[in-house]
Amino acid sequence: MTPFTFVRAADAADAVRLAAVPDASYLGGGTNLVDLMRETLARPAALVDVTGLARGIEERPDGSLLIGAAAKNTAVAEHRAVRERYPLLSRAIVAGASAQIRNMATVGGNLLQRTRCTYFYDDDGARCNKRAPGQGCDAIDGFNRNHAILGASDACVATHPSDMCVALAALDAVIHLQGAQGRRTLALTELHRLPGDRPDLDTILAPGELITAIELPALPFAARSAYRKVRDRSSYAFALVSVAAVLDIDNGVVRDVRLALGGVAHKPWRARIAEDALRGRPATPDNFRAAAAAELAAATPLRDNAFKIALAQRTIVAVLENLTGGQP
Amino acid sequence: MNMTISINGADTALPDDPRVSLLDLLREHLHLSGTKKGCNQGACGACTVLVDGEERILSCLALAVQYQGRAITSIEGLADGDGLHPLQQAFIEHDGFQCGYCTPGQICSAIGMAAELRRGVPSYVTADLAADAIAPHPDELRERMSGNLCRCGAYNGIVAAVSEHLGEAP
Repeated sequence: MTPFTFVRAADAADAVRLAAVPDASYLGGGTNLVDLMRETLARPAALVDVTGLARGIEERPDGSLLIGAAAKNTAVAEHRAVRERYPLLSRAIVAGASAQIRNMATVGGNLLQRTRCTYFYDDDGARCNKRAPGQGCDAIDGFNRNHAILGASDACVATHPSDMCVALAALDAVIHLQGAQGRRTLALTELHRLPGDRPDLDTILAPGELITAIELPALPFAARSAYRKVRDRSSYAFALVSVAAVLDIDNGVVRDVRLALGGVAHKPWRARIAEDALRGRPATPDNFRAAAAAELAAATPLRDNAFKIALAQRTIVAVLENLTGGQP
Repeated sequence: MNMTISINGADTALPDDPRVSLLDLLREHLHLSGTKKGCNQGACGACTVLVDGEERILSCLALAVQYQGRAITSIEGLADGDGLHPLQQAFIEHDGFQCGYCTPGQICSAIGMAAELRRGVPSYVTADLAADAIAPHPDELRERMSGNLCRCGAYNGIVAAVSEHLGEAP
């Protein structure tokens, strides 16, 4: 690790003030950033510890839930209101990492974790436009079984590694931000970027901008929801494909649906094409298959990952069929 | 500000250099070599320790300075003098290890897991998210301990030891 200064922020305003120095970085649980620093892929000159900031989970009168960004992943997964009202979020969180890592990691940090593309990590042996802009990408013609099939560019085919974010994308979560210019809110689906020609930028956050909270809007039908993760081993592995789904059925017809995919793109992939194809249609396997095919129609396979296109479609259909089980 | 950390009940000065991980503080500064450095990148679980009694974390990904004022328990803090912790005894009786390198992390992890089961923290294999507490079925133990790798493959013995221990102290 390169040397850095370490300070602990007392509150969000304090954190923003402390981070207004060159090469500052906020530090949550450290489960990604400490590793990146050890590999010298991240070289912050100043660390501002934000684990002491708001971590409460507040049930608000309008039915929404406000989660402090310093809440640990475990605390969110085990919270009674999350388990009852947003079960797919609990499921997604416990699908990720290990129990030890979930105990350390904050939800704010989870949003900002970086890709697990092995070429990104291979500082000595591989070219990577995310690590060193303009250098080139060795994943595009390399071993790319784990890489993106949607929304990638000629510069980067990395995927976003978070499970939690896939559920948040499906739930229309809203991110609360605080920076030198004040506060603003942002849809989770707008936070992460597609790589384009700037894959070094994972998000649209301004320098020094801090995630202070994550808001889950009221969504009563989210009680019928699921998160399914397909991976090379049954636990403690990143997703090849994952599906977060919320389904509202009335008399056998899809009244409303939320669908998001993980493991397929540079950002949590909200499957709006499939949602539009499903709303108002009978909840039948044929319609599920058609909607999944429509969503994946734009998929572009690399040498090793064409299987993800069929896998994503099958997983979408399986999850929707499960959620339909027993419904009139 | 009081720049100390409690290690197995003893207040200890934190290092001046914020780069020192909690793992290196234990092993290199305090010469508590029970906690193991396996991968040093959060992939193997050999460095698992407990924070404030029952919260299991990976000490390799923890900067020691972030745990100022907290109480850390490593494998050295579990035994009562020469008397083994019951889970240590269970690992012996059930052949829960061969080379022993992962064992301190496995034992600390299992103690943290027991608290999570009592609290009703769900896992990926938990069927009923509404449960107040979760029974230590072997499928639950395997999923919840998946962050602790054993290259010797002593998993069956580990599950047997942890199952027995949780059965005795539900």
